Amino acid sequence: MKGLKYIIAGILFGIVMSKSEAISWYRIQEMFRFQAFHMYGIIGTAVVLGVIVTYIIKKYNLRDYQGNPIVFHPKEMSIPRYLIGGTIFGLGWALTGACPGPMFVNIGHAYWAIIVAVVGALVGTYLYGVLRDRLPH
Amino acid sequence: MLEFISQPWPWYVSGFLIVFVMVVLLFFGKSFGFSANLRTICSACGAGKTAKFFDFDWRSQVWNLLFLVGAILGGLISAQFLNGNAPVDISQATVQDLTALGFSAPDDLQPEEIFSLEAIFTLKGFLVLLLGGFAIGFGARYAGGCTSGHAISGLSNLQLPSLIAVVGFFIGGLITTFLLMPLIF
Repeated sequence: MKGLKYIIAGILFGIVMSKSEAISWYRIQEMFRFQAFHMYGIIGTAVVLGVIVTYIIKKYNLRDYQGNPIVFHPKEMSIPRYLIGGTIFGLGWALTGACPGPMFVNIGHAYWAIIVAVVGALVGTYLYGVLRDRLPH
Repeated sequence: MLEFISQPWPWYVSGFLIVFVMVVLLFFGKSFGFSANLRTICSACGAGKTAKFFDFDWRSQVWNLLFLVGAILGGLISAQFLNGNAPVDISQATVQDLTALGFSAPDDLQPEEIFSLEAIFTLKGFLVLLLGGFAIGFGARYAGGCTSGHAISGLSNLQLPSLIAVVGFFIGGLITTFLLMPLIF
């Protein structure tokens, strides 16, 4: 089955986020209060290794499993879009203690209440799509 | 072995494995960005009829929905077999700050003051999660990505826009933590 590999990658992601407690509301609070290194360690390690790996992939023009070049799409420069959007995202992240990935991992943990946040996130995404042309980007 | 991986995992193991997942997706010819799924789900539900933003071939994104299904399964496996619901050992300073706001110390991953079914059947509890989720969905699409797309994939590719987005994540997070939470709880 062609899709199985994505499910397996997702399972690994879910277990990692769960076992390192990155899906915990308490850990996100601890991060925003600057009271422990844990979350900064996770994101910091990922970014440092990610920079190295991305550099290597580009430098050696590595290809994916089908032989196509791995391409990175530069993000279009803007300040308001990323600053306003990011700030709105952060407001919700600290309140629910979960960004989009961990929201779904929490469902696997049977924290059913998080489904309310998922519904909210879908409504928010939809409303952005409707209002998109009227927002500063 | 099972006992060993049933302990909480240290941050460097987690950071390493997150990049491993990112690299695996790159070698599958895809990119690591979770919140795109929210747009895909809206599109699959027919949102393309009312907003152009959702009018795209969402079937090309099914791979990411499968990744999402895997993430749910990963949570389930961790909770059922890997002691994934063990109390979070957060710093004492955080426990004290949260006690002052009326939260009990962790006895698993999530505070029952927000995540118990009793809590979400109160108006305040329901709105906290609904509006929090709303801000996440709206903000992630406005900024063009969430923690995975910007903080991990974007920063790894040295994208200035991603750095601005991450600064935004923290501005918003600090406003909620220090200004809004004392008003809400």
